[in-house]
Amino acid sequence: VIASLLAAAPDFTAPTIDYHALAPEIILAAGICMVLLVDLFVEERQRWITSTLTGMVLLAAFVPVVTLSVIGGDVRSLFDGRYVIDEFALVVKALFLLAGYVVVLLSSNEVEEGHYHQGEYYVLLLTSITGMVMMGSARDMVSIFVALEFLSIPAYMLAAWRKRDRKSNEAGVKYYLLGVFASAVMLYGMSLLYGVTGTTLLADIGPAVTLDGNIGGVEVVAVAFVLIGFAFKVSAVPFHQWAPDVYEGAPTPITAFLSVASKAAGFVALVTLVYLAFPNASDVYQPLLWVLAVLSMTVGNLLALRQTNIVRMLAYSSISQGGFILMPLAVAGAGSTAETSLKAVVVYLVIYAATNLGAFAVVIAVARKTRSGEISSYGGLFSYAPALGVLMTVFMASLAGIPPLGGWYAKFGAFKAALDAGNGWGYSIAIIGAVNAVIAAAYYITVMREIWMKPVPDGDVTPIRTPMSLQTALVITCGVTVVLGVLPDLVARYGDLADLTGAFGR
Amino acid sequence: VATLGVGIYTLTQFDYDQSEKLQFFADTKWITVIKSGYTIGLDGISLPLYFLSMVITVLVMIYSWDHVPSPGNPKAFLILMLVLQTGMAGTFIAQDLILFFVFFEVVLLPMYFMIGVWGGENRQYASLKFFLYTMFGSALMLVSFLALFYKTGAESFSIPYLIEHGIDISKNVAIWIFAGMFVGFAVKVPMFPFHTWLPDAHTQAPTQGSVILAAILLKLGTYGFVRIAIPILPQAAVKWAPVIGVLAVIGIIYGALGCLAQTDMKRLIAFSSVAHMGFVMLGISTLTSMGINAALFGMVAHGLITGMLFFLAGSVKERYHTLEIKRLSGLLQQMPKLGWIMGFCAMASLGLPGLAGFWGEFPAILSAYSPAPQLSTGLFRTLMVIAALGTVLAAAYLLWLYQRTAFGNPTAEFSGGGHAHSVGAAGHDDHHSDIHDVTRLEWMAWAPLLAAIVVFGVFPQLMFKVMDPAVTELVKVFNP
Repeated sequence: VIASLLAAAPDFTAPTIDYHALAPEIILAAGICMVLLVDLFVEERQRWITSTLTGMVLLAAFVPVVTLSVIGGDVRSLFDGRYVIDEFALVVKALFLLAGYVVVLLSSNEVEEGHYHQGEYYVLLLTSITGMVMMGSARDMVSIFVALEFLSIPAYMLAAWRKRDRKSNEAGVKYYLLGVFASAVMLYGMSLLYGVTGTTLLADIGPAVTLDGNIGGVEVVAVAFVLIGFAFKVSAVPFHQWAPDVYEGAPTPITAFLSVASKAAGFVALVTLVYLAFPNASDVYQPLLWVLAVLSMTVGNLLALRQTNIVRMLAYSSISQGGFILMPLAVAGAGSTAETSLKAVVVYLVIYAATNLGAFAVVIAVARKTRSGEISSYGGLFSYAPALGVLMTVFMASLAGIPPLGGWYAKFGAFKAALDAGNGWGYSIAIIGAVNAVIAAAYYITVMREIWMKPVPDGDVTPIRTPMSLQTALVITCGVTVVLGVLPDLVARYGDLADLTGAFGR
Repeated sequence: VATLGVGIYTLTQFDYDQSEKLQFFADTKWITVIKSGYTIGLDGISLPLYFLSMVITVLVMIYSWDHVPSPGNPKAFLILMLVLQTGMAGTFIAQDLILFFVFFEVVLLPMYFMIGVWGGENRQYASLKFFLYTMFGSALMLVSFLALFYKTGAESFSIPYLIEHGIDISKNVAIWIFAGMFVGFAVKVPMFPFHTWLPDAHTQAPTQGSVILAAILLKLGTYGFVRIAIPILPQAAVKWAPVIGVLAVIGIIYGALGCLAQTDMKRLIAFSSVAHMGFVMLGISTLTSMGINAALFGMVAHGLITGMLFFLAGSVKERYHTLEIKRLSGLLQQMPKLGWIMGFCAMASLGLPGLAGFWGEFPAILSAYSPAPQLSTGLFRTLMVIAALGTVLAAAYLLWLYQRTAFGNPTAEFSGGGHAHSVGAAGHDDHHSDIHDVTRLEWMAWAPLLAAIVVFGVFPQLMFKVMDPAVTELVKVFNP
């Protein structure tokens, strides 16, 4: 059969493949197989090997990312520009791999002690990370969609990992149904786009969306549907309903994973779409994203204020943070703003990832002792676990955007982009954002207050033993949070717009 | 041991900074992407405040030696204090808006914890209120900084650069940007409608917190006006000056009346801060060299005097376990030295000539007689009259406070006779044993402040000389 197919396509030539550029993905794919095989052949007691192996695979995949960025030079474009390795792709790949590594560190004890299926857990985690890494380079509707499903489907299963827990099952089903629904909406939008423009390559869609200078009804629907599909992924209000339940029900490391890495992947896709496919459709996406951003910030914040469970609180807070990340995108079309916005989004994603993972690391560490997710269980944390107390304070303050911690620079960049636009949309969203930053501070402060000022509930002051892997995760995340706050220049230079769009020789 | 080490560290840091009185200026690239630099420098306006923040922190450290408020943990307390110190000193020397903002915000969190952890019964409410108010102000401030950045061509955040180019901004935009900064700084000062966090924060904060709050933190706001808002946006400043003036005078009268209604000593001093900062803001709003000089002097004087009053309140609280004015009486009999120091400070605070407070208040009122040419003379003369009435009220509440607490005989509760038991609670037994006069450490912490109050009162030229050239430069815009 294959022979006849090949005969039918005599002019088929295999594309030349730049193996160096694809190395991270190849290593990850090999790693997935390796973990799966190892899991088959080791005894139950030695399953911890899979965790270590996963971590090593992620670090190994990180090596080519580093070498690629050190070599620098030209943008590497594969498969006719459908798969591109540029600075933006490398930054987000590094982000996903490191975030994945931290999640593995967070998981190792949790999964081992919970008697979950360790091997499968890590295989799925790796698969999902592979999807994200692909997302960083995808510059074609098909490859974006494949990457998205690649990262989502394992995530659905991971959300339901605590099999005997009803909430976890609910989380899995809810996440699955809404996720598939979002994919369907998006796919519909994509098919319309293909129908209108006749291409799936983002860079070709860009000019084709507005051939005659106007945007027709079909194009509006297409752009809106694609964006809404990703709005589900990044849990922007009003497409956020799945987030809190899923976050609460899923195992906590997976919650951290979903709220950071999976969300970031959604934003990466949004960024590539907005900058490559829809630059001429800014009249459509700007108001849409503006509304999404404002709603996400405000609604997320107001709901977070009422939460008593820390994971739910962090879930709503991440919705509201998502609003802040959308803020620069909502004004990205206004002249010179494009570059500022892109930088703001990249920086925000990196800093937010470090801070939020750190916060979840503390949540996991504390829950090991208290077995509770209530904010009130943090009472007096400082008195019996000062290190965790201080770390949580650092993370909360960073999320609230207080200098000199990372969060302030992230927020600063977002405000800067909004004001750079210099139009009514930009000014109004900046003011709304400023008010929301204050509201957000109120609930982050609540956690700090518990840690520092409240008495210990039921007087149990036995210190918390934090396992080695969690400690490593905490050191990494806290280090990044603090260093980027003082020296934001380290990441702020990434996200060069010319690189992103220039890859197509425009 | 930790206390000692940290204390010595601060002392060395302090001496080091003192020797740097020259126009120390450093400019390093910091965040190149947003064109913000690590630019710091000192001039006549910032030097006194910078120095004040150093002195006050060291004195507070000395005071903390044996006055660590419950629940203890001096290590954390002093760490917070050092972070505070970094933020305050940094704000006064920053010559870059973003750097200024960062330092301005650095102060927030340690103060929050200081009030929240070591404060009084209502500490959580007070600290949250403090935090949210200031956070709100600074969020708006940041937005206006950014607007300023873009309106001047997105070139630099450096203050000298912006002063040069701020004049190009169209008037309407400038007025809005100024409004954002106004809210940010006014919350910190605090000016009249934004002042409600202050009494709570002061009352609930530990002594050290109150002292730093009163002596330095409030100055961050007024300093912001003088350093940033007015020089960069002079046209908008002219538009806003009457509003600032009116609010300042309302603050003076409101603060004074508020004082008269207080039953708690610390709360009374807190309201008196609102009144004093009103004088400072009145001086600033005249936009004259005299007014701003007076305001700067008033800032330092208020820092010294009110800081001292809060020290005293703290010590009284420690001895009597109450600050109810009703229950205190006859301090002069039981602790003559402390009583006299309190009298001295009350006099200084009400603006007795010859003490530092006078040189802040009097010229500020006087300068309102002839404000900058662009401003309405009639309005400011009216304000002057009302402000002068405010000084009378100030005399009234301070003397009233002093009379009630220091004169007369100690109440039975604290007189230490055999009646102590009849009061009831067993805890009251040892009240009178706590009551002792000023200790040696307290002398160490207070003497420099008292000396400074006298020295600056008798010889104000000492400070005016440093400030005047810088201020004259600043108001040149208004006197073409």
